[in-house]
Amino acid sequence: MSNDSIAKTFIVAGLLCAVCAVLVSGSAVSLRPMQEANKVLDVKKNLLMAAGLIKGNPSVKEIESAFAKIETKVINLETGEEATDIDAAAYNQREASKDPKQSVSIPTSEDIAKIKSRAKYGKIYIYKPEGTVEMVILPIHGKGLWSTLWGFIALSSDVNTVKGIGFYEHGETPGLGGEVDNPRWKSLWAGKKIYDENGKPVINVVKGAAPEGAEHKIDGLSGATITSLGVQNLVNYWFGSDGFQKYLNNFRSQNEAASSDDSVSMAQ
Amino acid sequence: MSIKKTLFGPMFDNNPIALQILGICSALAVTTKMESVMVMALAVTVVCAVSGLCVSIIRNHVPSSIRIIVMMTIIASLVIVTDQLLKAFVYDIAKSMSVYIGLIITNCIVMGRAEAYAMKNGPIMSFLDGIGNGLGYSIVLIFVGLFRELFGSGKLFGISILPLTNEGGWYQGNGMMLLSPSAFFLIGFFIWGLRTWKKDQVEQSN
Repeated sequence: MSNDSIAKTFIVAGLLCAVCAVLVSGSAVSLRPMQEANKVLDVKKNLLMAAGLIKGNPSVKEIESAFAKIETKVINLETGEEATDIDAAAYNQREASKDPKQSVSIPTSEDIAKIKSRAKYGKIYIYKPEGTVEMVILPIHGKGLWSTLWGFIALSSDVNTVKGIGFYEHGETPGLGGEVDNPRWKSLWAGKKIYDENGKPVINVVKGAAPEGAEHKIDGLSGATITSLGVQNLVNYWFGSDGFQKYLNNFRSQNEAASSDDSVSMAQ
Repeated sequence: MSIKKTLFGPMFDNNPIALQILGICSALAVTTKMESVMVMALAVTVVCAVSGLCVSIIRNHVPSSIRIIVMMTIIASLVIVTDQLLKAFVYDIAKSMSVYIGLIITNCIVMGRAEAYAMKNGPIMSFLDGIGNGLGYSIVLIFVGLFRELFGSGKLFGISILPLTNEGGWYQGNGMMLLSPSAFFLIGFFIWGLRTWKKDQVEQSN
């Protein structure tokens, strides 16, 4: 059969497609479990890094043992209540925020983080090494200059003081906006307070250096005004009433109730 | 052509980036870190060699009317498999490379060698030609990556060599090295150096 006949053309094209399809789908299916495991592990690692519970290049075992002390909860952002009917381990807030059924769109006027829609349920992490809550870790995301920044912020048990922040995915300019990954800059966040006396989130990433002792202000990244502003807005968005604020208020009053119970029982 | 010439010719005598000016785009994109440079170089070499081999095996049965799409299908399949493997075994690096592994499909070197060499030569020689061109690509990438990571972020393979001022050291990182245009300058210097050494690569002016 001549190479250029129509029949041969179809045979070659058909065979080639069949072989390639088997190859591609075979590799995709057989490697899927490992890839999924890697993805889950990667989120855990980033979360622990943001909370400062692991450092450097930890092994899988270290990550798992550190993560075992963390409790995962799914929160209804509308009411601030815990949603016990959703499996916390399987729920993926990031995927839910893009799914029209599981998300709500944010009106432009309120969308300071520029994320267009947010998931109805938030997935939060509570660090309880010895039974008492030491840290609450929340997922945050929002737009910088070029890209959406995805990260975690860790709070101490008063749910106002920042313990650590970290972004695990972004596409900002290396050396400018990409400095959100700079360990020195991230360490500036520790000890800052999110809310003012009126319960409003007032994190402010200022241009240049923040004044000494300003508990809501963080140094801006030089040469990255828009990324700095983006980080400020996304933090304030996720701590606002549209984000985790309702849950955090519940958490605070429960915690206070629990601690006063303790003191009452001690007095008795 | 001898095996030696096929394998090592593309490194300096007929370098795909410096002389054929192919595959520039990925040379700009992935060279800010040596770690990603090594993965990219390895991935392109493997894809280039295996695609050369596959194309060469079926070269006598490929109708000329669909030969480009046949090569494209083979290359695309190989790239997807490579991408899947990287995501399964070196997830961190695969994540930092994001779309660029997928873009090996559009890397002109792979397609160029399949069309120019593998369609006319036997499987073993095509395989070696792929490895040779992969090595030629790797040399330029490593050269560019060394300069960009060292002077841009003061590190090599993620290990701090020149401590940066914003991390408490003395070295002020060169921001431009971290941006893509610096790779153009470095590739330019590489070509300049290469053509000073090998005068026959200098183009005749009209």
